[in-house]
Amino acid sequence: MSNLLDLIVAGLATGAIYALVAVGFTLLWQTSQTINFAQGEFVMLPAFLMLAVMHLGAPFWLAVLVGVLLSALLLGLAFKMLLVDPMLRHGVLPLAIATMALAIGIKEAVKQFFSAEASPFPSIVPAGDISVLGRAISLQSLGVLAVAILAVVGLTMLLNRTSLGHQMQAAAQNPTVARIIGVPVERMILLTFLINAVLVALASLLITPIYLAKFSSGEVLGQAAFIAAIVGGFNQVRGAIAGGLLIGVVDNLAAAYISTQYRAAVPMLLLILMILFRPQGLLGRAEERTV
Amino acid sequence: MSKHNRLLLVALSIIVVAGLIIIPMNFNRYGLYILSQWAVMTIAAMGLNLTLGYAGQVSLAQGAFVGIGAYGAAILTTHGWPLIAALGLVIVICFVVGWLLGYPALRVQHHYLAFVTLAFSTLMFLVFRNESWLTNGIYGISNIPRPEVFGFPTRKPLPFYYLCIGSLGLVTLAMWWLIRSPWGRAFMALRENPIRAQSLGIDTRRYTLMAFAIGSVLGGIAGVLYAPLTQYVDPVPFNLQLSLDLLMMVIVGGSGFMLGPFLGAMIAVLLPEWLRFAEGYYLMLYAAAVIVLLIYSPSGILGILDRYLSSRRTQAASALRAAAQSKLEAAQ
Repeated sequence: MSNLLDLIVAGLATGAIYALVAVGFTLLWQTSQTINFAQGEFVMLPAFLMLAVMHLGAPFWLAVLVGVLLSALLLGLAFKMLLVDPMLRHGVLPLAIATMALAIGIKEAVKQFFSAEASPFPSIVPAGDISVLGRAISLQSLGVLAVAILAVVGLTMLLNRTSLGHQMQAAAQNPTVARIIGVPVERMILLTFLINAVLVALASLLITPIYLAKFSSGEVLGQAAFIAAIVGGFNQVRGAIAGGLLIGVVDNLAAAYISTQYRAAVPMLLLILMILFRPQGLLGRAEERTV
Repeated sequence: MSKHNRLLLVALSIIVVAGLIIIPMNFNRYGLYILSQWAVMTIAAMGLNLTLGYAGQVSLAQGAFVGIGAYGAAILTTHGWPLIAALGLVIVICFVVGWLLGYPALRVQHHYLAFVTLAFSTLMFLVFRNESWLTNGIYGISNIPRPEVFGFPTRKPLPFYYLCIGSLGLVTLAMWWLIRSPWGRAFMALRENPIRAQSLGIDTRRYTLMAFAIGSVLGGIAGVLYAPLTQYVDPVPFNLQLSLDLLMMVIVGGSGFMLGPFLGAMIAVLLPEWLRFAEGYYLMLYAAAVIVLLIYSPSGILGILDRYLSSRRTQAASALRAAAQSKLEAAQ
């Protein structure tokens, strides 16, 4: 049983990171019907941006700052203006395909301009264990969990408690009416893209010390985020959070108790069952925006 | 289409077919390999084009069916079965599995369907990698024999290329017939307006499942050719990326156009070879090219042609109208 607790804590920590990525994913879907197949690569890239700044001799904190700004610029602003805006009116599928191509492009660019090898990445949380109720628990897991929870709570507060958040929700739920009552819909959509960019940069900062910075690491991460988003509920921020935590824990437990070979299969089966029997997700409402 | 245009089309296809037969005769081994691969991928993309382009059902599982076909052919032919028997079995398996995979499509659509099929793809990859007793795991199956066709051995690259291109021809004819049959019309009705299709008495359930099953069979056929082409099968080529690539081929070529998969596969298989000079940058160029193309024309390459032709037709029609108008006025 002692092992179980460790597994759950570690699972919650990775799950919290999945949740961050999944929240960004659902935000993009809600405000602009963008299924971002490059979301995993979006998480991979900021770590390399930070590493690049550090190569120039900047200290770690400055590199993080510049990395977050750059990712807001590239993965938020440029992504929206150059790719999503011109394609949005043509429907969901061509845009989804374009993001697949973008994923290939980002992966190859990192491989070509940085390195094909995995690089170590400094952790914002010191390594080591602390003792909780007589048990040693990895400080890193706890730190990741704490930062992710803070980010998610902050985002939920922003969305539910502030006027800005209400405007964003209005823009997502019914752009036409939102526009009529004076919500600057375009600015709100841009804001969700920027939030997504910051969320992926944060996720990058948290997960890269654990799994190293590698050009291909986005594939697994992106898939985990998709699954988390669907299992939790595609149109609900808190659904994506629940889904992320659930997938993290299930994945870890499956690896330990079922089979390491088929660990990836368990979230997939969960996904299939979910879609077949409760397509709106754990916490989601039935899709409002039917086509 | 006028008689003149139809003659032009027949002449053009004869020239293309003759070119595909004659020009590769003095190609080297690698050139023939790439062209054969193009033929194989075109068959798989045609299957997806039926499911997605004609019947409107998104699938990210086509790569898994190519994998099933390739493993089926590899396992059976290395155990002494003839390739044609393996083909028969693979067709049956892919039809049944594709039919079953269609069931989620009856409940969910669009991105949900994409993710169910994505999950299926990933599960199949895990099976290929982990069930070593059947697939030899990560070590793969090597020494896959190439078949004899009507007594002709196809061990050399050129005869095998002809086998691939011949299969592509047969599949194309079958597809051409299917699209023009009542079934093809039913598939398109399903894509355009499922509710109206149903109210017109089309059994949308059956046709949705059928679209998945037939599309999957074409993926399987492509796989059956893939195994003897590379003569070595391991799990890596059949990961999710293949399904994504096939989807990209269909969309980039022009989904719902008969010739779309040919162009899409050409871009996916041949363009990287032409971009060799760019070395490590070629996949980046490829990705950029796909994005720019889709921004310019979301309906793919054939979408550009289609727009051009229909605008010319409208111009021609309005010119005729104008001429008739002036004649009418002169007569009055």
